[in-house]
Amino acid sequence: MSDSAYAASSASAVPITTVTSRHSVLVRVTHWITTLCFFALLVSGIEILISHPRFYWGETGNDLTPTLFKIPIPASRRLVPTGYNYVMPDANGWGRYLHFQSAWVVVLTGLLYAISMLFSGHLQKDLLPGKSDRSWRAFSIAIADHLRFKRPSQAEAWSYNLLQRLSYLFVIFVLFPLVIWTGLAMSPAFVSAVPAAVNVLGGQQSARTLHFFVSLALVLFLLVHVGMVWFAGFRSRMRAMITGRAAAHSERT
Amino acid sequence: MSERPSNPSRHDPSRRKLITTGLAAAAGVAGLGVAARLAQKYGLVPPDHGGIYGLGETLTYASQRLLTRHSLAREFSRSQISERPFPNEIEPPTDEFKRLQAGRFAEWRLSVNGMVARPASFSLDQLKSYPSHTQITMLQCEEGWSYIAEWIGVPLSQVLDVVGILPQARYVVYFSIEPDTWESIDMADALHPQTFLTYGMNGDELPVGHGGPLRLRLPRQVGYKNVKFLTHLTVTDSMKGFGKGLGGASPEFGYAWYAGI
Repeated sequence: MSDSAYAASSASAVPITTVTSRHSVLVRVTHWITTLCFFALLVSGIEILISHPRFYWGETGNDLTPTLFKIPIPASRRLVPTGYNYVMPDANGWGRYLHFQSAWVVVLTGLLYAISMLFSGHLQKDLLPGKSDRSWRAFSIAIADHLRFKRPSQAEAWSYNLLQRLSYLFVIFVLFPLVIWTGLAMSPAFVSAVPAAVNVLGGQQSARTLHFFVSLALVLFLLVHVGMVWFAGFRSRMRAMITGRAAAHSERT
Repeated sequence: MSERPSNPSRHDPSRRKLITTGLAAAAGVAGLGVAARLAQKYGLVPPDHGGIYGLGETLTYASQRLLTRHSLAREFSRSQISERPFPNEIEPPTDEFKRLQAGRFAEWRLSVNGMVARPASFSLDQLKSYPSHTQITMLQCEEGWSYIAEWIGVPLSQVLDVVGILPQARYVVYFSIEPDTWESIDMADALHPQTFLTYGMNGDELPVGHGGPLRLRLPRQVGYKNVKFLTHLTVTDSMKGFGKGLGGASPEFGYAWYAGI
């Protein structure tokens, strides 16, 4: 397994013209299915949110009860006291269908990715920080490098840097499971079978509020992710994630 | 897995790959066919399974039906009952409703027909003559808001027992006095102990704003399946022949038939 691509990641050994696979087919396919589902979930999630842009804590909350906070936008339902005279068009029908369908596709895709990761070595090789990086010193150097907007080295075209690894691990093992959990905790049928899923979150409205904040965290990750791809060389990074190819000598962007 | 430059000494990898891929695809298609037939047989396919969102809808319904067939919706303590239950917007009442309301709903009827041994029509007093049940459960609107209330009524299964459902029954279709307002549920939900024909709320009559005098209470599905002003039930083995065959007014309006999520 540890042939050309892996050898290339030790910077000194980068061959001048070799074109090798940066990302496996499985990583590339699951990445783009996830991207597509993420946008579908985001659009439909916003669509569902505007029917009731008010948030609560605990079990219950409605137009007659105090809020935890409100999003200052008009709603798609007439009776929601938003302070606007305008009622947005209602699209919850397809919004909900699309939200749950994309959720299914992304969860199954994520499962495929997670299971294959156990066998392919992707987790150990690409995501878990290398031995030399497992220290506060390595962590603070990586942060300082990022704060100085230091250009990524040649080696980084071939492997993820420490902060990148930590953020991917955080998204895969913390944010994704949380967003699925808080989503399921809002389902009256699911929690009838697994009441603890909502009870430990403090109630159904708490689950909804947490779902909103975890989604915000995922959007924040997306913005930083796309920003870093841009900074590191948009064309070469996109080519690597689409075709799998990354010409080692073409870090010109 | 040969996206890396392939080893020229290997025996014709492209051909082997082609055969493997072909076999995998054939197995996949056959597997899907078998899965679809099994799902159909065990009643895991919702009436609105067609169209571009049919996949997600079927996966949700099938998996929740397998996981939650007998599970009970969470019940709450009396102290958790919401002080301010929000009665959602209702259409202006029809003349027929106003007439019945003027008579204090004494003439309100719930008729039951279809695949039943003894079609019948029940007055509210008749429904109240059965042992009354209560549940303190949450009503959740698909929009995102919710409240907890005590609901008083008779389990739908009690009335279905009285009329005697035939063995081939698969759905109960329920209609409101409001025009074009009807939904349906499968037998798992129809016979579920928390599915109520509800006539009371928080120790009192069920207010008109909350669907009084009679509302279907279905705490494991969101608000729009909890139809207000119930007047008629039909037991059937197929949703074909009811509107567009999608299982209710909501699916025809673009909303999922199964609303356990």
